[in-house]
Parts: sequence; C-alpha cells; structure tokens
Amino acid sequence: MELNVIQIILVVLVSFLAGMEGILDEFHFHQPVIACTLIGLVTGQLMPCLILGGTLQMVALGWANIGAAVAPDVALASVASAIILVLGGQGTKGVSSAYAIAIPLAVAGLLLTILVRTISTGIVHIMDAAAKEGNFRKIEMWQYIAICLQGLRIAIPAAMILALGAGPVKAMLTAIPQVVQDGLSIGGGMVVAVGYAMVINMMASREVWPFFAIGFVLATIKSLTLIGLGAIGLALALIYLTLSKSGGSGKGDGGNTGNTNTGDPVGDIIDNY
Amino acid sequence: MADQVKISKRDRIAVWWRSTFIQGSWNYERMQNGGWAYSLIPVLKKLYKTKEDRAAALKRHLEFFNCHPYLASPILGVTMALEEERANGAPVDDVAIQGVKVGMMGPLAGIGDPVFWFTVKPIIGAIAASLAMGGSIVGPILYFVAWNAIRMAFMWYSQELGYKAGSKITEDMSGGLLQDVTKGASILGMFILGSLINRWVVVKFTPVVSSIKQQKGSYIDWGNLPNNMNGVKEALIQQADGRALSMVKVTTLQDNLDQLIPGLAGLLLTFLCMYLLRKKVSPIWQILGLFAIGVFFHWIGLM
Repeated sequence: MELNVIQIILVVLVSFLAGMEGILDEFHFHQPVIACTLIGLVTGQLMPCLILGGTLQMVALGWANIGAAVAPDVALASVASAIILVLGGQGTKGVSSAYAIAIPLAVAGLLLTILVRTISTGIVHIMDAAAKEGNFRKIEMWQYIAICLQGLRIAIPAAMILALGAGPVKAMLTAIPQVVQDGLSIGGGMVVAVGYAMVINMMASREVWPFFAIGFVLATIKSLTLIGLGAIGLALALIYLTLSKSGGSGKGDGGNTGNTNTGDPVGDIIDNY
Repeated sequence: MADQVKISKRDRIAVWWRSTFIQGSWNYERMQNGGWAYSLIPVLKKLYKTKEDRAAALKRHLEFFNCHPYLASPILGVTMALEEERANGAPVDDVAIQGVKVGMMGPLAGIGDPVFWFTVKPIIGAIAASLAMGGSIVGPILYFVAWNAIRMAFMWYSQELGYKAGSKITEDMSGGLLQDVTKGASILGMFILGSLINRWVVVKFTPVVSSIKQQKGSYIDWGNLPNNMNGVKEALIQQADGRALSMVKVTTLQDNLDQLIPGLAGLLLTFLCMYLLRKKVSPIWQILGLFAIGVFFHWIGLM
C-alpha cells in the first residue's frame, strides 16, 4: 500500500512521539497498544494495527527498565512493525508475521537507546558548563535537545522503512517460509513468560506466593474476565491487610516472623537447583 | 527576615509539569540529573537572584539522581521546601539537600517499581490489550486515559505532600501507610501475574498420545443418518447427547497435561525463565532462544 505525503509526515510524527516517550515513560505513547493504533489511525488501517498493538502489548506487559535488567525497546518494535504491516497491505492477515518481526526490532531499538544515552552523557557536561554561568535557559535548551534525540531515535528508522517502500518490505515478509512463520508465532506465545519472570523476580516473597497460586488456579475458570479477576485480587489484598493488622497486635510482634531466610520459598528452590 | 521569598502554587504547577520530562537527558554518568535540574528551574529562578547563587544551586542539582520517574515528585516537593528555607536564611547546607535526595530516592524507587510497573501497568495493559485484540478501539483509549489520570494525579498530590511535609517526610516513609500500599500492591500484583501466566503464556504440545477406536453408539454414525435436514437435526441431537464426532478418539499430549491443570506448561516455563534470570542470562537471549525453540519444535512436530 502506498501512503500519501500527509500520511507519511503523520507517521514520522507519531514515531517521534513514541521515541520521546520511550525514554520519558510518562504519557505512554510508546506502548504498543497506543503507538500501533496511532499509526493505524493516520494510515487508515486502524483494525489490523489495533490488533497488532494488542498482541504486542501482551508480550510487553512486564517489560520495564529496572536496575541492571534492560528491557527490549517497545517504541521501535511497535512503530516499525505497524509500518511494515501497513506497507505489506495484507490487512489483518499480516498481523502474525509483523508481530514476529517486532521482537528483533525491539533488540535493535535497545542498541539505539544505549547510543543516545551515551550521547546524553556529553549533554550533561554541557549543562555543567551552563550551570557555572547560572544560565537557566541553556540548561533548558539542552534538556529539549536530549529529548528530541530520543525522538529521532525512532523517527529516523521509521522514515527509512517508509523510504524503502512497500516492495522490498513485502518481499522480505513473503521470503519467510511458512514453517518459520508458524514457529515464530508459537515462540511468541512462550516469549511472554520472560517478562512475567522478570516481574516475579522483583516482587516475590514468602508472604505473597499463595496469592500467585490463587490467581493461577482461578484463571482456569474461563468465564472470569480480567476485570473480575482484578476485583478478586483487590479484595484479597484488602482482606489480608486488615486481618494481618488485627492478628499482628495479638501476637505482640507480628512483623518479626519469617525473616530468617530470604522469604521467597520458590526462589530458594530455584536458587539452590 | 523582611522579604521572605515564597514558592507559589503556580511555581509548583510548573515544576509538576516539567517533572514529566525528568528522564529526557537520562545518561550513564549521572542518570536523571539533567531532568532533575530542569524540573526545579522555576523554583530556583524565583528563590535565587544573583549569578553566584544560581550557579551554586544548579551545580547542587546536577549531581547524580535516579529514581522511579513518578516517585521523584515527592522528592521534588521536599527539595523545594528545603531550598525555600535555605533561600530565606535557614542553615540548610548542600549536604542536607543532597542527603535528603539520596536518602529518599532508593526507598521510593522501591515503591514505584512494584506499584506502577508491576501492578498498575500490567493490569491496565492486559485489559486494554485483550480489548484491542478483539478489535475494540476502547482498548487504547482506556489505557491512555486511565494511565495518565492515575499518573498525573499521583505526581501532583505526592509533590504537594512532599512540599508540605518538608524535611519531615523521611519520617513518614517508615510509617504504616506506605508499607501497606506496597504490600497491597504486591499481593494484587502477584495474584494478577498468576492469572496472566495461566491465560497468556501459550505452550501447546501437539503429539498424539493415543487414538482409540470407540464403541458403536458412542459416536455419531454419519453413514446411517436420515437424508436432508432431518439428518442434520439427528446429528445435532446425537451430539447434544454427548456422542463424539468421529469414531476414533484422539488424545494429544496437551489433553493429558490439561487434565492436571490447564496452563501448567506455561507455569513451568515461567519458573525456568526466573531461574535463568537469576543465573544472569540476559532476557534478550531468552526471548530469542524461545523463538528459536518455537521454530525448531514446530519443525519436528512437537508443537
């Protein structure tokens, strides 16, 4: 599918926005469910992009930059795969192969983030110099420049894919054999686990593992929606907090139990394995 | 103390808006320092008038800083209060201000990660994603509105709280409320994670374990049905009676696993990933590896 000039400008603009948000993490324009939908909206292919966004969002639920763990970059993954989906012109049928492309793109995006964050080190040294003069304006300006660099990080690759055009992109997609495409979507079903594992490693403690088990078992009841499960989880948390307070005062010091080990039984098993 | 300089609500709103961009110049050397100084500029401009004072203030706030981007707000609030006292002649030195910043950023980041990244985001994200996968535009709109409403309200009120509590806030940290919030969030988070792993980690094995020829009468005998629509009707009635569709009952490996509990393979896979993460295997290699395994197992017919 060919895009007109206005559409191309809008796509690059959305990419820029997603790139900025990729570092800011505030408005969440870079989250797949929003970024892909926006690309779909400006190119007139709302439905396939919306479905792609939802699919990618599921994979990226647990991705967050914490400490040393660096998460793959969702901004480039969602923007570029949505553009490829649109250019491919296969509509909803193209979603699964666009989704498979998104993951290597997320890794590529990560390398670009590292590059820009290194450049920003130079920028804060310029800010240091401005601080010596007490120059507020100059610090503000360099802050904006740093943010724009993050925007360009996504906008430039997006523009390159657009410039390449639908032909080569489509050829690239159809060159992938069927068994690999199906295998990739099977892999996609499993990849989600990595994100969840990252989150559990951060949150797990002896106290909260039972709630994990309850959640897992209740989810086998297919008629319970996520909103329903959320309500149950919230209720359990409130009940637990109330009960642990009333029980804790009776025992004298309720807060001092179970601190003898790391407080994470499954984690201990995994560690000792 | 004739001319006290006061931070107005307007200044605080300006800081609140600017703190949206706190991660803009995130760098490997001092992380959020540029964004931190940028956020405080409206206040510093008001409090300090001479070039020397301004230069000193900027230098002070270009020191290392890194926190959860939303939880930086209460710290900004406290810092504003301290700077205000300092500008009005109170003996607040650089070390005190730096101490409050560093002392608060660790524990507060520890609250922000489980609450925002691991509870609010996965829940809103999962609801929005399942709506979007069903082709509903409500998904992305819901995500955008809910996320930003929660975030903006949190950042404003926690910044105000920090400003009012001033240097006392470090004592509040050890109080019960924040602990409750953190614990409640991790309970809800773990519960939802359990559900999500069951619903969304898809591991399916295709090999056929057994195919048994069934007794006559337990399946629909397609050859002996009446003709025309009556046949269709008869077939539907028989199916409602619990008869199988074909005379061979096929059981796959997946059916056997599902009899233990549906989603077991996904759960085990998640534990494996946790183990690998603790052994410092990069998540990116794990993701690429899982794709490779998916292709390979599909090729040999296991999945």
